Amino acid sequence: MIRIEPRNAPGRLMTLGVPVLSAVIALALAAIPLALAGADLTVAYGEMVKGVFGSVFAFSEMLTRATPLMFTGLAAALAFRAKLWNIGAEGQLYLGAMAAVAIGAGAVDIPGIFLIPLIIVLGAAAGAAGMAVPALLKTRFGADEVVTTLLLNFIILIFVQMMLEGALQDPMGLGWPQSAPILDQGMLPQLMPRMRMHSGLILALVLAGVAQFMLARSVWGFRLRAVGENAAAARHAGIGVNRSLFGVAILSGGLAGLAGVSEVAGLKGYLTADLSPGFGYTGIVVAMLAGLSPVGVVISALFIASVFVGADSMSRAMGVSSYLADLVVAMSLLCVLVGGFVARYRITRSKPAVAAA
Amino acid sequence: MTLQKVLSLNALSKRFGSVVANDAVSLELHRGEVLALLGENGAGKTTLMNMLFGHYMPDGGSIDVATPSGDMQPLTLGHPQAALSAGIGMVHQHFTLAENLSALDNITLGSEPLFALRRDRAGARAKVQGIMDRTGLTAPLDTPVGKLSVGERQRVEILKALYRDARILVLDEPTAVLTPQEADTLFENIGAMTRDGLAVIFISHKLREVLAFSHRIAVLRHGVKVGEIATSDADQRVIARMMVGEDTPTPTRAAMTPGAPVLTLSGLGLRSAAARDRLTDVNLTVHAHEILGIAGVSGNGQSALAAVISGLRRPDSGSIQVDGVEILNPNPKTMIKAGVGRIPEDRHHDGIVGAMSVAENMIIERLDDPLVQSNGLLNRDAIATNAKTLSQSYDVRGPGIDAGARLLSGGNIQKLILARVFEQNARLILANQPIRGLDMGAAAEVSRRLLEARAAGAGVLLISEDLDEILGLADRIMVIHDGQLTEVSSRNREDIGLKMAGEQT
Repeated sequence: MIRIEPRNAPGRLMTLGVPVLSAVIALALAAIPLALAGADLTVAYGEMVKGVFGSVFAFSEMLTRATPLMFTGLAAALAFRAKLWNIGAEGQLYLGAMAAVAIGAGAVDIPGIFLIPLIIVLGAAAGAAGMAVPALLKTRFGADEVVTTLLLNFIILIFVQMMLEGALQDPMGLGWPQSAPILDQGMLPQLMPRMRMHSGLILALVLAGVAQFMLARSVWGFRLRAVGENAAAARHAGIGVNRSLFGVAILSGGLAGLAGVSEVAGLKGYLTADLSPGFGYTGIVVAMLAGLSPVGVVISALFIASVFVGADSMSRAMGVSSYLADLVVAMSLLCVLVGGFVARYRITRSKPAVAAA
Repeated sequence: MTLQKVLSLNALSKRFGSVVANDAVSLELHRGEVLALLGENGAGKTTLMNMLFGHYMPDGGSIDVATPSGDMQPLTLGHPQAALSAGIGMVHQHFTLAENLSALDNITLGSEPLFALRRDRAGARAKVQGIMDRTGLTAPLDTPVGKLSVGERQRVEILKALYRDARILVLDEPTAVLTPQEADTLFENIGAMTRDGLAVIFISHKLREVLAFSHRIAVLRHGVKVGEIATSDADQRVIARMMVGEDTPTPTRAAMTPGAPVLTLSGLGLRSAAARDRLTDVNLTVHAHEILGIAGVSGNGQSALAAVISGLRRPDSGSIQVDGVEILNPNPKTMIKAGVGRIPEDRHHDGIVGAMSVAENMIIERLDDPLVQSNGLLNRDAIATNAKTLSQSYDVRGPGIDAGARLLSGGNIQKLILARVFEQNARLILANQPIRGLDMGAAAEVSRRLLEARAAGAGVLLISEDLDEILGLADRIMVIHDGQLTEVSSRNREDIGLKMAGEQT
């Protein structure tokens, strides 16, 4: 008979080992579709590694790709720590990007030292506002935030498309559904000449560090953890559960909004409806792979960005589909979920009348 | 009494990880016998019965059960179906009945053929009626179980077992949900059943009823059978010593003059769709140096009363005064600030955040305290020092102050909560079922601390379903029934029992 029993406490080795092992297994499993596509496996994996570590430019491209994932990963990690399931980072990202172009593309013409902070603050506020609605619906009426945040994504995306053919459309854009470009002084500074890597990365790293510190050391983090781990006991102990949830919702939405700001004001310069290839959703995988730890988010964002960038370069070199990257990311999430289960429970076989371990 | 063997458990062992729940426990049961299985919480009683019933697979040992003709046959282990067909019936502490079906349907449920075209209801009814006539267990057969009282539901559970021709009946703490009078009736019925040859094992930790109604007593301690004794040779002291391994000092309650009121509830009302969450015109006063005991059968509004005093629920009418000051905006925070210390009923669910450390759980109610935090940042050294001191003075034992609180045993979790509550010098202590589920050592510690707080000038509101606990600790007793409180002046079990059942005397 097979029984599943909870483990006493998952050790440090488990909490670190499970995500790493999951990532490795997911990469290894990618060999199956690669082989089916007829590719030479050693060459394929070699191209993948080269695509990330082959040159300074390749590496900077990976960091550029990791930047929005760090923001959306942090957005998911913080919300999930409080058991607030924000699936709406994708929509909040677009709200942030929209605010960035609304203010940055010529609405005000002020020096960059004022314009950049303004864009960042308004972008974060727009993302926060996007999450405030579902949070309010949840704390006031008990509406399931999984449903509301997920569905809001589609509403927001269609709203963006409408704005890009209306109020926000670039008058010089020959009728393309895209916004006017952000003023030069409003763009986040590049980090290296002739590389696309921008200072949004620095902002993401700083925020991850701050989040890590605040979670562990501040009263705010204490409340957040208590609410997430046992809301009933937190409430009993006098912690304002709804207040904590609302606070983390605002923060989570703001971080997702910053992902949009960083993409639009750091990389693209203008807003189109295909700004994000699902950064909001991938952020959930990033957060889960990181075990909801802010510093872990940085590492897992780097891993997932490497998979994307590496697979892109491999597909260019070998002519296999770049959808392989999505496959690896999805499989690593599944591996983490299974791994997390294995870390928390032990599966034992017991035979009649034989002493079990 | 005939001495025909019907059941023998041979050296049953069960381990859960490193914990030995049962170590080579052997038991015998005879026709028509009532065996009481005693032991503290965690002694392994329920594990043993779950192995008998096939819920758990023993790691070692075997079970023999008598066939109707009296031959002993080995029982297939790990299969509830095998236990059922061997004539073993079990009534769990928490009933397993379908509330929307009638009592009769519940009794026959699961023992009918799956693919029969029509049900033989008349035959079933006749059989159940026969059992009811023989044993005196009665229940309205056509009423949906949801409308039956707890006592009636329990009888339906027992009828269900007897309907399946159980010759051995296991009752897991059958009287926990009954008034003293209902319990007496139950034991009369059990008496009638055993005269028919039924053998009964009942699990309990109420020594009084064990002494009154069993023939033989077996005691488990730490998974080992430490003794077996004929009830006629036993008394409370002997059994208690067998259970604990030593004499536990019963806390003595010194006489005290009550001081000023620390908690006054006037005209308190709470509306709810569920009867168990309702309160109607509740008036009570707890004074300093006083323990007020609230007795009652489970589900009569105790949780609602505790929720209001904890600040978890806002009353719909009436007022709450703590230490002479009216609480205008009752919520957990204002109640804590006003000086109410709360020991919650469900310590795992409401008392601790299991994933957070022992140290963090010890300060969770005082996050605003400047000793705990400065400028929004936790004062980690002070938190650790606080945890070390409290762990020592309250004897909280576990893997350490940085380990998750869920790793503590039930008794140590309760000590953690006591430390948190008593260190704040609360004016009023709300103790909701503070002893339930604790071993005797921890239970004695809780009682001692409650009496200490009383001596130090706090008022204690003790809510309990265990009348013995209330009689032992409370200075004054009120009974809660159907959301209403009545004061009882007598300390007589009979009188209190009648009030618990809602009889106006």
